[in-house]
Amino acid sequence: MCGIAGIIYRNGDGAHRIGRDLTRMLQSMKHRGPDSTGYALYTVPREELILRVKLADSHDLDDIDAAEDIRRRRRQAEARIRAAGARIVSSEDINPYTFAATLDYAGDLKRLADHVESVPRAEVLSLGHALEIVKDLGDAGTVARSYGLDGYMGSHGIGHVRMATESDVDISNAHPYWAYPFSDVAVVHNGQLTNYHHWRRRLEAAGHRFASDCDSEIIAVYLAERMSQGDSLEAAMVRSLEELDGVFTYICVTEDALGVAKDELAAKPLVLYEGDDMIALASEEMAIRTVIDREIETYDPYESQVMVWKR
Amino acid sequence: MTAPGQAREARFDARGLVELDERVPNVAEIEGGRARFDARDLTTRQINLELRRLIYGEGIADVVVANPGARHSLGVGILARCRIAFEGSLGYFACGMIDGPEVTIFGRVGWSACENMMSGTVLIEGNAGSLTGAAIRGGDLVVKGSVGARTGIDQKGGTILTLGNAGSMTGFMMQRGRQIICGDAGPGLGDSMYDGVIYVAGKVKSLGIDCVPGEWTDADSELIERKFSIYELGTPPRFEKFVCGKKLYNYDSLEPSERRIVL
Repeated sequence: MCGIAGIIYRNGDGAHRIGRDLTRMLQSMKHRGPDSTGYALYTVPREELILRVKLADSHDLDDIDAAEDIRRRRRQAEARIRAAGARIVSSEDINPYTFAATLDYAGDLKRLADHVESVPRAEVLSLGHALEIVKDLGDAGTVARSYGLDGYMGSHGIGHVRMATESDVDISNAHPYWAYPFSDVAVVHNGQLTNYHHWRRRLEAAGHRFASDCDSEIIAVYLAERMSQGDSLEAAMVRSLEELDGVFTYICVTEDALGVAKDELAAKPLVLYEGDDMIALASEEMAIRTVIDREIETYDPYESQVMVWKR
Repeated sequence: MTAPGQAREARFDARGLVELDERVPNVAEIEGGRARFDARDLTTRQINLELRRLIYGEGIADVVVANPGARHSLGVGILARCRIAFEGSLGYFACGMIDGPEVTIFGRVGWSACENMMSGTVLIEGNAGSLTGAAIRGGDLVVKGSVGARTGIDQKGGTILTLGNAGSMTGFMMQRGRQIICGDAGPGLGDSMYDGVIYVAGKVKSLGIDCVPGEWTDADSELIERKFSIYELGTPPRFEKFVCGKKLYNYDSLEPSERRIVL
């Protein structure tokens, strides 16, 4: 089933409690997917690159040598970051198996990501000047507590609660997906894609790597690939309605925009609230009402509709 | 009082279901045959239990529910003649399987409102999600806003009246009953319908398989005028009528058991 949610404020000053609000929205939709919860959060774009890397999954911590293995991978990852030509401005442990670093780097992002991922088990969760992806097993409350999201201030963000149908329950298969190797693009998806293998083969042939076996990852990479060819976010999303087959409602976010697309059957739900200062959208109105505590006018976008808002 | 967004401590029973069987909250103010209660701090189950207590237990025929908070499955399975007003939006599966009540919803509803309604009326002041009036068998369902996709899917009777637009595959596989859509209809209108009538005043994006324009009769005008006057909707616009072409299914073929009797 899965539940998706998004918020974007029209003034992009980044002074909004995106972390807390998305947690409330996602927690209220826990019944739509208790397997894992994920966030793509956007701050005001910085000069430096923000890199988030996972070095293991939570269940790996039970292994006898887990702590030492993870420390070793962390050292290796930082060495590879430097080897790719980036300067580590700062780095911190987010939890026992995830770290974030800010980097001074102007080179090719694919080269940087590939360097990091050449360390066994290391996976780049997100890379960009404003984007930070947080995802882990458990409900929104658990993930938000574990990653300290309550105080996260930003301009826009999306989230996802997952009920796994197509692939494994682990962090790699949790949403949102970063659109490797493109800066600041992330996607959450509710639905199933039926021409997944077709697109995966095509995009892999074009040099893209996939971190998971989840069909939704295709959307992120597909859109980023189209945008790198010169399409706007909206144009790429409109094109995706033709080229991606299956049932879907997905939300795509970039550094300064948030877009939503629905398949031609309108098979998956989405409720939309457009206010003067913010836009909030979710699989159920109940989720929006956790951040706007009053009667509001909402509607469901129709089939084949693509809508994009800028911050 | 629960602050917005503050998660209620979830409890699980032995079956792994959230919320243990709740007790009837007994919070309604009853005055002169009318009752009103605030649903803000109640669970879904408590709201429904309180509704049932008032309607069945106290025999009250006029109940107002304040602050429903867009929660799912409210007002489901009410099988009595009564009047219920929800002062706000409801979530999914609102007023499903009802038989008799007159419901007014001052807000919108999510997916699958009034599923399998048998009789009564439901008036929705706002928009409605997809699958509105799925498999309804009777009664009137009036939506003053727009409805989503597959409205009246498998409809088996009753009337669905929409003042706004309707989404794709409206009237999909409908078997009987009427839909009156004052706005535009999405692609695949009346796809695979068996019977029944769909009236559309606006543009139809495309007709579904075996849905064809129908011949207008006085009975059609009379029906639409009557519904518009009951719900005080003003002068009806001009509608086009769509019915089943009866080409998709072989209506002449008999079941093996029927064949033995007839032949």
